[in-house]
Amino acid sequence: MDKIGVLVTHKPLPYLEQELTRRGCRLFRLWESPESRRLEFCRENSSEIRAIVGNSNFGADAATIDALPKLEIVASFSVGLDKVDLPKCKERGIRVTNTPDVLTDDVADLAIGLTISVMRRIPSADKYARSGAWKKGEYTLTTRFSGKRVGILGLGRIGLAIAKRAEAFDCPISYYSRSEKPHPNYTYYSTPIDLASNCDILVVACALTEETRHIVNRAVIDALGPKGVLINIGRGPHVDEPELVAALVEGRLGGAGLDVFDNEPHVPEELFALDNVVLVPHVASATIETRTAMADLVLGNLEAHFLKKPLLTAVV
Amino acid sequence: MAPYLSISLNEPPLSAQADIKRLTTCSTKFLTEKKTNMYAFPTNKPVTVTSGGLPPILVFRLLSDEWLLVLSTKFTVISPSSPLSTSARAALVSAAYNRVDTDLLNQYPSLRCIVSSGAGVNHINLEECQRRGVQVANVGETHSINVADYAVGLLLDVMRRITMSDQYVRNGLWVTQGDYPLGSKLGGKRVGIVGLGSIGSAIAKRLKAFGCQISYLSRKPKPNVNYKFIPNIYDLATESNILVVSCSLTKETHHIINEQVLQALGKEGIIINIARGAHIDETELVQSLVKGEIRGAGLDVYENEPNIPKELIEMENVVLTPHQAVFTPESMGEVIQICIANFEAFFAGKPLVTPVVAD
Repeated sequence: MDKIGVLVTHKPLPYLEQELTRRGCRLFRLWESPESRRLEFCRENSSEIRAIVGNSNFGADAATIDALPKLEIVASFSVGLDKVDLPKCKERGIRVTNTPDVLTDDVADLAIGLTISVMRRIPSADKYARSGAWKKGEYTLTTRFSGKRVGILGLGRIGLAIAKRAEAFDCPISYYSRSEKPHPNYTYYSTPIDLASNCDILVVACALTEETRHIVNRAVIDALGPKGVLINIGRGPHVDEPELVAALVEGRLGGAGLDVFDNEPHVPEELFALDNVVLVPHVASATIETRTAMADLVLGNLEAHFLKKPLLTAVV
Repeated sequence: MAPYLSISLNEPPLSAQADIKRLTTCSTKFLTEKKTNMYAFPTNKPVTVTSGGLPPILVFRLLSDEWLLVLSTKFTVISPSSPLSTSARAALVSAAYNRVDTDLLNQYPSLRCIVSSGAGVNHINLEECQRRGVQVANVGETHSINVADYAVGLLLDVMRRITMSDQYVRNGLWVTQGDYPLGSKLGGKRVGIVGLGSIGSAIAKRLKAFGCQISYLSRKPKPNVNYKFIPNIYDLATESNILVVSCSLTKETHHIINEQVLQALGKEGIIINIARGAHIDETELVQSLVKGEIRGAGLDVYENEPNIPKELIEMENVVLTPHQAVFTPESMGEVIQICIANFEAFFAGKPLVTPVVAD
């Protein structure tokens, strides 16, 4: 990949940066420019940039693609492609790859980890223990996870991995997706509201598209109810965030475990005082093992493209 | 006062929970201290002996007035101070307050059935009971499920830094300092479970679904189990990335996790303890963590509760919870029912529902 210009939209894993450089790429670090100058930065370097390495925060929108006439491939360091203008890429003949499968386990692990953390209030109990409050009295009882009904929005790779783990806790599994899947052990509901009405824990595990934006809205939150728990390891815009915050603050929703937000890294501060909420900074794939595997996929896809070989994980 | 049985997610009736915790927590003090006033009967209500001949049970200490009400519907509840106590054939004991030893069995020689309202039985001399033909029951696996869930929760928290990154977000640092440092993948890791009883088995079943490789230590290999049996703790620690302590506390298992075991676990190792503080040499554990000789720990129990070593309180690679694994409102409701079921079985001449035997 000698001398190929690669626009990196976000601060990359050091291993990825080293490998791209070692293979001869010329890196253009978009995240180092202030937001208002970014399109300018792209235009200034457009004669060289032939590839973009994007992520879940900044992929390749229409304006960026338009600013880069020599762009051939977008290799996203993520499995979600909601930040990549796929129709535009198709129209321009630009290839798009993502990082499926290698992160499925970690994301599913975090979904369950968040669920137990919320229901057993582990972060809050940890704070209680460290503060010395334990010497004065016991922490509150917390509700059991095993056996609770788990409802999954989206039964793709990640949804199935979550179901498999929840089954080991004897949780009955139900799901919503566009069509029923061949899983006789899991109960299908044809609308998100029906699913929310019939589960104790609702997990968002579908891709973000026009149809699934705000799939968790006021009505779904109400259906989940004051004993229900919402777990979001999808994308912030899957959930109507102001409605979610109001429901939690007012006690109309029992709890939430959130990895993603509308406007990362900003998290609604009204949530900070609640101990039935666990907030983590978009870490579902954030293990050294998985991020390295994701980097290898990005590198593998880029190399394959520039060597004119079949791409490893192409979406477009 | 809201009855403890109806606790919901947002309602914490602290007074009831303090009772619950005092009654069923067995700290290591009971291994060494002799309790002098063990048999206090705290309720001020007079104990009514109901007519109609409900079978009598000796109750040393009541969890709450609710217990008295529910038990009285099926049994005649007798306190230790009653003259009827020495002829009682069945008794309800609690791990926190009663030592079922030779003294107690001599004092109440008619006892043929002891039901303990918790899971642990290290406060009961099982051999002596067996010798005298006294059957013993605990409350079976209702608490085991909660403990297993919590063990997995603690492990995921340590590996994926859930508590620490939650703090990071709440302190506004995601905005000012960027992404939190990477965690560690659970899938594929080798987990060594110390003690494969009902809690250890439940933990193994759960972790298998996360793709962990499970090995275990117990006194003898368990039949019909797919996990690898390793007969000594040093080999288990050497072979594992993660150790989970889930055995009962006995003379043999006191400080089973010592300096050598921690060294064998190694720099990438993580230890989870949801059993008893005394299973781990706490001073050595703290030193290992301070020196970076193991990678992290998730602890629900400590040698001197409610005190936690201050070095741990300052660490980011540990998760510390205040002995919370056992209780949930769901299992509290089940506990009374299981105790009743055991007494009913005894009085009907049937096998106990959740018997415990010396092995």
